[in-house]
Amino acid sequence: MTITEKILASHAGIKEVKPGMLINAKIDIALGNDITAPIAIQEFQKAGGSKVFDKNKVVLIPDHFTPNKDINSAQQCKALRDFAKEQDITHYYEVGRMGIEHVLLPEEGIVLPGDLVIGADSHTCTYGALAAFSTGVGSTDLAAAMLTGELWFKAPETMKIILHGNMREWVSGKDLILAIIGRIGVDGALYKAMEFFGEAIKKLTMADRFTIANMAIEAGAKNGIFAFDEVSRSYVEKRAKREYAIYESDHDASYCEVMELNVSEIEPQVAFPHLPSNVRGITKVGEIHIDQALIGSCTNGRIEDLRIAAKVLKGRTVAPYVRLIIIPATQEIYRQAIEEGLVEIFLSANAAISTPTCGACLGGHMGVLAEGERAIATTNRNFVGRMGHPKSEIYLSNPAVAAASAILGRIASPDEL
Amino acid sequence: MKFRGRVWKFGDNIDTDAIIPARYLATSDSAALAQHCMEDANPEFIRQMKRGDIILAGENFGCGSSREHAPIAIKAAGISCVVAKSFARIFYRNAFNMGLPIFESSKLWSLAEEGQVIVVDADVGVITIVGSRRKPVEINAIPEFMQELIESGGLISHLAKKYKEMNN
Repeated sequence: MTITEKILASHAGIKEVKPGMLINAKIDIALGNDITAPIAIQEFQKAGGSKVFDKNKVVLIPDHFTPNKDINSAQQCKALRDFAKEQDITHYYEVGRMGIEHVLLPEEGIVLPGDLVIGADSHTCTYGALAAFSTGVGSTDLAAAMLTGELWFKAPETMKIILHGNMREWVSGKDLILAIIGRIGVDGALYKAMEFFGEAIKKLTMADRFTIANMAIEAGAKNGIFAFDEVSRSYVEKRAKREYAIYESDHDASYCEVMELNVSEIEPQVAFPHLPSNVRGITKVGEIHIDQALIGSCTNGRIEDLRIAAKVLKGRTVAPYVRLIIIPATQEIYRQAIEEGLVEIFLSANAAISTPTCGACLGGHMGVLAEGERAIATTNRNFVGRMGHPKSEIYLSNPAVAAASAILGRIASPDEL
Repeated sequence: MKFRGRVWKFGDNIDTDAIIPARYLATSDSAALAQHCMEDANPEFIRQMKRGDIILAGENFGCGSSREHAPIAIKAAGISCVVAKSFARIFYRNAFNMGLPIFESSKLWSLAEEGQVIVVDADVGVITIVGSRRKPVEINAIPEFMQELIESGGLISHLAKKYKEMNN
């Protein structure tokens, strides 16, 4: 069996799981946010729910339209807060303690290897980087999980993705996943698990792995998953407050497809509007002027991302008439960025620095685009209207390219500085 | 289940931001969401569609976010069902969970034109284009478990029953 099949089998209390099987599995963590949880709470109550199955296993994070962007958002956050209070939810993080959910949960040690995690947010697949099975669901599924602690799953087939070689300078996890999506398309892994292998993977930091697993959904995948190793061990050890289980794919596990990629051949990637699969290497981008650069999100708002941005921005300033917005993903990352002097570099570069929020990535607040405007963003989606006006454009990149582009006012590699 | 309605055609990879843009997600009120249904894909859609109309889309319909607001907006707008070549995983699940009928057909997209009336007969498993001499096209079978879910009125009523049993 693959690691995905093993985690599903153990949580379903059965010996073996095969692709296509429908199973009922126990949930370790069920996550909701200020957009998706209010509907889940209504459904929970509609089903006659009075108490959640386990107050330590339901996680509620107001991170999307927070700090409250308008009255309606304030109402939604209040619904979340009232429910968290009423249910005495252990893992509720108020603004000021809060971070972007998919960065915060691993940081706090809430999700651990071997867990089965569901979240009413499509980027819940991020935690696969920790060798957990983790997938996005809708609000009704979240309601069901909050009620019973279980959910039905159809076991996915697994696609094996092997990465060879060494990454070039300025290339990161973001470029690898963009290159993969560029090759297989936005439905290239539809309904499937993506399992990452190869010697290039072993050298990746946890930040790079989170970024790769995070964007598995952008290829249509159910989950993205990495094997547990020394890198994940050292990340998890200092954070875990409970026992966790390690699962490994068998040598004779079966895969529906194998894809190999030599990462040495990959240069920084840019996804053109309006699909994450619409990628080009940075040297093939041409002259594209930008109005805004955004560094942050559940994809690229970690301390490693901010360090790279600072390296590029140090001693330089943002181009005239361009806005550079930097959003540390959690309070902890924000503090670290201050302590390491990164915030000083950002301020001197004329960047705007925001409290943690998902706001700008999905056109909520903190960086909405006007008609005809163009942004380079380290986020995950460049769909029509995603960050604002339906006639605005989003180009996706890694933090180094976003920072260099902010300085030059056009999409550029740090090598051009 | 049988649905008769006018076809609204959309292409491949219609994402959840096109179905209901995130800028309108500060509410979960279904009528408010419905007013912006498909706005960024076709701004005329919501003004001109009529109750009972059918969305016909290409591959990977509903890709992107997990927002249940997408099937909610479609259902509240009055769309009777969605037929697509394929659906994104979370959208597929959400649609069944909240009772929006959806059907997979790889053939219909290239045969039916916008504005034509079609009849989706879920019991027989075929779709007919009204006024066309073509043979009806087949619908991909819905897994038995999903059929049970629909028959018991969606996931929540299914669970309400289960939850009651658990607490008795």
